[in-house]
Amino acid sequence: MKIVVCVKYVPDATADRKFNADNTVDRVGVQGMLSELDEYAVEEALKIRDGDESGDAQVVVLTMGPADARAAILKSLQMGADSGVHIVDDAIHGSDSVGSSLLLAKAVERQGADIVLCGMASTDGSMSVIPAMLAERLGVPQVTFASEVTVDGNTVRVRRDGDAATEVIEASTPLVLSVTDQSNEPRYPSFKGIMAAKKKPVEEITLADLGVAAGDVGLEAAWTKVEAYAERPPRSAGAIVTDEDGTGANQLVEFLAAQKFV
Amino acid sequence: MSEILVLVDHVDGSVRKTTAELLTLARRLGEPSAVFFGSQIDAARDALKHYGAERVYVLDSADLSDYLVAPKAEALAQLVEAQQPAAVLIPSNAEGKEIAGRLSIKTGSGLITDAVDVQPRDGGVTTTQSVFAGDYTVTASVTKGTPIVTVKPNAVTPEPAEGSAAERTVDVDVSDAAKTARIVERRPREATGRPELNEAAIVVAGGRGTSGDFATVEAFADALGAAVGASRAAVDAGWYPHAYQVGQTGKTVSPQLYVAAGISGAIQHRAGMQTSRTIVAINKDAESPIFELVDFGVVGDLHSVLKSATEQALARKR
Ligand SMILES: Cc1cc2nc3c(=O)[nH]c(=O)nc-3n(C[C@H](O)[C@H](O)[C@H](O)COP(=O)(O)OP(=O)(O)OC[C@H]3O[C@@H](n4cnc5c(N)ncnc54)[C@H](O)[C@@H]3O)c2cc1C
Ligand SMILES: Nc1ncnc2c1ncn2[C@@H]1O[C@H](COP(=O)(O)O)[C@@H](O)[C@H]1O
Repeated sequence: MKIVVCVKYVPDATADRKFNADNTVDRVGVQGMLSELDEYAVEEALKIRDGDESGDAQVVVLTMGPADARAAILKSLQMGADSGVHIVDDAIHGSDSVGSSLLLAKAVERQGADIVLCGMASTDGSMSVIPAMLAERLGVPQVTFASEVTVDGNTVRVRRDGDAATEVIEASTPLVLSVTDQSNEPRYPSFKGIMAAKKKPVEEITLADLGVAAGDVGLEAAWTKVEAYAERPPRSAGAIVTDEDGTGANQLVEFLAAQKFV
Repeated sequence: MSEILVLVDHVDGSVRKTTAELLTLARRLGEPSAVFFGSQIDAARDALKHYGAERVYVLDSADLSDYLVAPKAEALAQLVEAQQPAAVLIPSNAEGKEIAGRLSIKTGSGLITDAVDVQPRDGGVTTTQSVFAGDYTVTASVTKGTPIVTVKPNAVTPEPAEGSAAERTVDVDVSDAAKTARIVERRPREATGRPELNEAAIVVAGGRGTSGDFATVEAFADALGAAVGASRAAVDAGWYPHAYQVGQTGKTVSPQLYVAAGISGAIQHRAGMQTSRTIVAINKDAESPIFELVDFGVVGDLHSVLKSATEQALARKR
């Protein structure tokens, strides 16, 4: 069994995230990392691999992004994935979800996969659409937003906690699976894992390897355009009272009453 | 006038507030047509008419309800091909975004998710989104195909307007390829009697500081007619169900008033509540980052403050 995990290299949410002059997300000038939500996808892949009885299961991590995005692959390899594939090409810059899903789908087809595993959302774009788009492009079932996963032979069964109901969904491989942060507890790389990762293969591929023309992806080819961005004005400093004398609740209710909330 | 398709969000025919919001937005762009998946149109008809739907397309088939997302995307794509609308508006929840993603690929159309505003422009649309945990807003437009936009709750105040709601039953023809992820079990979420978290005008949320006792949080919420929310720390501890989590991996809320009790204000929590109109926090640590966001803050023990505030709020009501 082969599991391909799509992981994204994203700007650290606790750093000051920024935009470039062309209105794209700054992925170079801001400290980047493996998207925290993709750690759950890597962990789930490792669990499925280690539970596989055939013993020949392998986990390939796939990322698309600038040279630095290799860090996302490295972290996944340290956690225990077997090998990495990095789509890196200047023409990719500024791709929207349509362009990204095209490249990821081509790379998955090139690898061949029984399970394509994704996070529930990227922590920068947070669109939550790439997994569905991948399933659409690959023509395979999607079992997405899984908060619990069971794999039995080629049957995958997941629990999806939706807005109005909890559903149990079942499909056969090959398929696209995405997992939420409720699905597992991602492991920390061990010292042994960090050492072992240094020797694991990472293949760099370009658009040419995927048979995609430069004009089909990137900023110019995107079907959407970010026209402007603006920093949200800081909230004006509020009134802060201490409850030392026991009047906190009183003042709170006065404030709420003045705003007509009570 | 050009037709705007609005995907109806409903639970057993009971139309969600977000649908009224989407229909209100659609009226700015053209003539709204509601797209209704399911068998309970009788329960939904009046609400759709009341918020200005000129047409109602009803698509009802077990194929749509027995499988995840793909059949709905296929049926919607067929409708888009047939009607050639000027735009498609879809609720920004997990299912809505996934339908939108597939529709985008199927129809060769650009997709924008999580809009908090949609305006007409040059025959197309421009959208506003709140990004990076609400630290930035961006404006964007679709440059190819039929604009597909998923819209967040509370993007606009719903304005009633009578539509003619001309109804048409649409034949549903779903391919076998779309019927592969089977829903084998379905457990509806239990009603709490409180407002829906992401629709509520007021949200009172509790965090690790509650130490697991949500009774004071719930009592204060009920005194204000509010929904109850929770931080991930409270959810992970098993104190409150995940469906009520506010934040990056829970719900995003944008109410008139958000009360954070015993919540520190981590970036992932802020991502779900930072755009609330008025923010109030009760926290015993004056240095807690949540106080950087507040309009009004109380440094103190949440249980004693909320208990007394609940009594006073109820007394004012009487
Ligand atoms: C990938 C990822 C996704 C995440 N998604 C989310 C998300 O969707 N939502 C979310 O909330 N978090 C999310 N988190 C977790 C987030 O980083 C924080 O850990 C979490 O929000 C902390 O919850 P808290 O504020 O309740 O707890 P803490 O940070 O522990 O804060 C508790 C607060 O309570 C105060 N307090 C304690 N006792 C009292 C008392 N008696 N009276 C008054 N105040 C008191 C303390 O001073 C403290 O400020 C995510 C994290 C990751 C890595
Ligand atoms: N550039 C990328 N490289 C690899 N995987 C990605 C990339 N962008 C998105 N993904 C995958 O798609 C998921 C959802 O992303 P999104 O639709 O952008 O919110 C992520 O959790 C990843 O698994």
